[in-house]
Amino acid sequence: MSVAATPDERLLVPDRPSYLGAGASLRSWFGATDHKRIAILYAVTITIFFFLGGAAITLVRLELFTPQADVVTADTYNRLFTFHGIVMVWFFMVPAIPATLGNFLLPLMIGARDVAFPRLNLFSWYLAILGGAFTVATLILGGVDTGWTFYTPFSTMFSNSHVFAAAFGVFAVGFSSIATGVNFIATVHLLRAPGLTWFRLPLFVWSLYATSLVMVLATPVLAVSLLLVMAERVLHLPIFDPAHGGDPLLFQHLFWFYSHPAVYIMVLPAMGVVSEVITCFARRRVFGYTFMVYALVSIAGIGFFVWGHHMFVSGMSPFAGLVFSFLSFVVAVPSAIKVFNWTATLYRGQISFEAPMLYALGFLGLFTMGGLTGLFLASIPIDVHVTDTYFVVAHFHYIMVGGTVSAYFAGLHFWWPKITGRLYPEGWARFAAILMFFGFNLTFFPQFILGYLGMPRRYHVYPPEFQVWNVMSSSGATVLAAAYALPFGYLLWSLIWGRRAPNNPWDATGLEWRTASPPPPHNFDQQPRIDVGPYDYHPEAVAPAPDQRPRRRQGEDA
Amino acid sequence: MSAPVQSLLREPWPDLASQREAATFGIWIFLASELLFFGGLILAYAVCRIGHPHAFMAAARETDIVYGTANTAVLLTSSFAMALAAQASEREARPIVIRACLAATAALGCAFLAIKGFEYADDLRKGLWPAGDFALPEPGARLFFALYWVMTGVHALHLTIGIGLVGRLTIRGGGPHLRLRDNPQAEVTALYWHLVDVIWIILYPLIYLPGRAG
Amino acid sequence: MSAFFVPVSASTQAATTDRLFLLLLVLSGVILLLVFSLVAVFAVRYRRGSSAPRGAMPAILSREFEIGWTAATLFVFLFLFWWASSAQVAALIPPAGALEIHVVAKQWMWKTQHPEGPREINELHVPADTPVRLLMTSEDVIHSFFVPAFRIKKDVLPGRYTETWFQATKPGVYHLLCAEYCGTDHARMEGRVVVMPAQDYARWLGARPEADGLAREGARLFVSRGCAGCHAPGSRVRAPRLAGLFGSTVPLSDGRRAVVDEAYIRDSILQPERDIAAGYDPIMPSFRGVLGDGEIVALTAYIRSLAAPEGRPAAEAAAPPGLAPGPPEGRSPAMEPGRALEGTPPAGGSP
Repeated sequence: MSVAATPDERLLVPDRPSYLGAGASLRSWFGATDHKRIAILYAVTITIFFFLGGAAITLVRLELFTPQADVVTADTYNRLFTFHGIVMVWFFMVPAIPATLGNFLLPLMIGARDVAFPRLNLFSWYLAILGGAFTVATLILGGVDTGWTFYTPFSTMFSNSHVFAAAFGVFAVGFSSIATGVNFIATVHLLRAPGLTWFRLPLFVWSLYATSLVMVLATPVLAVSLLLVMAERVLHLPIFDPAHGGDPLLFQHLFWFYSHPAVYIMVLPAMGVVSEVITCFARRRVFGYTFMVYALVSIAGIGFFVWGHHMFVSGMSPFAGLVFSFLSFVVAVPSAIKVFNWTATLYRGQISFEAPMLYALGFLGLFTMGGLTGLFLASIPIDVHVTDTYFVVAHFHYIMVGGTVSAYFAGLHFWWPKITGRLYPEGWARFAAILMFFGFNLTFFPQFILGYLGMPRRYHVYPPEFQVWNVMSSSGATVLAAAYALPFGYLLWSLIWGRRAPNNPWDATGLEWRTASPPPPHNFDQQPRIDVGPYDYHPEAVAPAPDQRPRRRQGEDA
Repeated sequence: MSAPVQSLLREPWPDLASQREAATFGIWIFLASELLFFGGLILAYAVCRIGHPHAFMAAARETDIVYGTANTAVLLTSSFAMALAAQASEREARPIVIRACLAATAALGCAFLAIKGFEYADDLRKGLWPAGDFALPEPGARLFFALYWVMTGVHALHLTIGIGLVGRLTIRGGGPHLRLRDNPQAEVTALYWHLVDVIWIILYPLIYLPGRAG
Repeated sequence: MSAFFVPVSASTQAATTDRLFLLLLVLSGVILLLVFSLVAVFAVRYRRGSSAPRGAMPAILSREFEIGWTAATLFVFLFLFWWASSAQVAALIPPAGALEIHVVAKQWMWKTQHPEGPREINELHVPADTPVRLLMTSEDVIHSFFVPAFRIKKDVLPGRYTETWFQATKPGVYHLLCAEYCGTDHARMEGRVVVMPAQDYARWLGARPEADGLAREGARLFVSRGCAGCHAPGSRVRAPRLAGLFGSTVPLSDGRRAVVDEAYIRDSILQPERDIAAGYDPIMPSFRGVLGDGEIVALTAYIRSLAAPEGRPAAEAAAPPGLAPGPPEGRSPAMEPGRALEGTPPAGGSP
């Protein structure tokens, strides 16, 4: 996507003024305050990190083909999965949708010229880069082997690796996340176009708003827990040291107070994207809009009080365990509501199956499976058996990769014409979406079985009876890797050879489609005014010719 | 629009008033975030103190309450000076008065840091750095001082940033064509400064007062 | 370990867990099938351009409908919570008279010790059909004691005891795995649990040379490490007597009360200043770094053996509220505390 800026100005930049045409110098990009350009900067960054983290895990999966250690040593293996975790969580998943699609679309969707604090927006990208630099430096120096969870006292006293650099990298990117959160909250509060009341906001905007609240209120606790780890590591201040009476569980409580809500930072925006895509391709208003909004907000809210379900076997009081188990079941309710509502949105729609819709339906299936297996983990007796095994690994990959990454691709394809002014090749995109779905299931479904059989995670060698499922999972991973390489190829291709995109190729209703593709630097030529709710689609008004793209007719109503 | 207004006005705001409103809104959200940051530290303190009540009292008795109390007074006075600056600006006092108040705020902040520096030097002399050789024998006492150094250090860092912000406001904040209160940076700076002060008010009893009651 | 889809089930807990797992599996299957088939049916019937009637949503899909399925989901989930938690609560307390095994984890091995003394490394022999209680601690980082065939797992923490229990049902050899990432050879920190019929276990135990008794070793340490100087019945130092102490509740100098269990004794030995028994001066030095984990385990076993004959008298031994400082014979408060603080009593102690 970096190619978007430089290679062929003539082809890339249409005659009308667009944000892409506003200069191609390094300074115009690296000093950009336009939210759209910052979104591109983020997109390039997270793509690089996505492939870095993916490369690390490819080696891990390769190692796991056989029960013995034959590709890498134990220490290398531990560094690889740690790098994968750190990079994928903080440098890909957390910024993936909010900082790229969110950054690009939030002002467009609410009819604003920019986010509330454009310079803070750029600053937050630089913070992410600083954090990323430390993380990559960690890798070059020899890696870090604590796992992305940095559990003490291993990380503070026993690890012989570059814990400080890694923790500082995450610390820095955490502040980037806070800055983005502050920015988005202020933007939604203060910059909505006239007539765009709270309950006319698209669900994607709501999801970004809820996400930002979590970012702002949870991330500082991550920062402080990592700060304490760094202080103990570098200054030898004994904060978590059990030999001096430090509490062995304190770090875990602080860490999961962030890291569970972080799951919602990753998945709420995905829910927002899917709501946009499903409504557009079903040509239906989203079913139960207000419930969808309340569900988003309550997931964000209750999500703050369920962190203890990561600690059922940690030695925490069993009665605290019961409370956390209860709340974990409760937080599953709004997620279930969302699944039902997306399904109901399809009812009596005019459904077509372009690539974004395929990705979104993939999300629906995989997220449902991830969510349902979450119920297993909320049940303490089952959690006792499967926590810290591959069951958990499979569960959170279903949510984060099956869910969020699918939704990210859905959103990327859906808004690709808006962002770049080009259409992506539909056939390739559908193929990639389907391949990704099957590759994903082949990779991660066997891991549920592995986990129930009792294979612990973070194992470099394993008892031979687990091999069959591991081979299946590793084979799936190769399919998945190919499926991820495809969009990278054809999307880049489309930047140069793709057909010009019209302003509203999907005939969608969002405000972002009312401006040019790609949008002009100031988004809208005149301030849009809004007098209807979102998703003003009319399935009954679609002409019954199967392959003709529908046109909305004004004035007809359900 | 006058030059100073031009130089302060940022995209996407049409005028300084709405920009000021946004900046204030943004800083409040950021302060909420800051509270959770210090909340995490205070939680760590609470957990350790519940685990080692006696050691924490014994350790807290080793802190220097004279420095601590003097610093509390200095910081509270600095907040007073900050409030005075806001009032002066509200009543359209002469810019020199406003600037003097701001400069006093920053100077008191620096005084706080200086006193803190003396206190740190004393602590080090007394062997209160909890790594390696440590003056107190109780195991929990090391936890107290580990948290003492982290909490006061992080607070001092915040104060340093605050001094920078107030300094910037003193030098470039007002001027003949722009009232301080119209400057979007003014309220942001003041709120941040008061937060740093409030956090100290919480830290002071946690650090200096345990074990001194009876 | 021939199972392909479901691991061997070899404990009472495994049966419970598998039942719950099956229930959840069926339930999730139903929900998944419902969602998938609805999506599939809608996708076909309402594909773009199909002749199915569209129009407004039918009246039944109203707000009440949405509230209805929210409530239904909530009830199903609460039911699951109730089921899972009652299973959990029922398994919380190990049955009385459980065989007590001490486990010490370190990078990267498991050390286990039987009450009669035998020690094993990376192995644990237990009798079938007997409840076994594990008291675990770590010498370095956090580990996790995981036996898939028993469906039990518990983190093993440094500086603290955790416990879990199981009752094996099927003789055999099972994996013992470390489930909490603990460094380089985390994956090789494995051992085996050998479940034997009770008489085989007794024979195995008898054949072990060191079947000497943990408590007896503790009694030796009690003298050789100098504990007896203050805590022995005839001592002139005013320190808590230990007979009948284990399992009782003792008042502390700051008004709290503490139950004397393994964790409390460990804390009292390593951090004597933390919880000071009411009525005693904080004069006990810390034995941190002096006593190893194994020695503390042995001392604990000894102190436990001094408890009332039935082993765990628990609450009836509790001191009456409003405690008198002088410990009456036979119900003496705990171990106690720390080195003197130059005359000043701990601030929390004096009212």
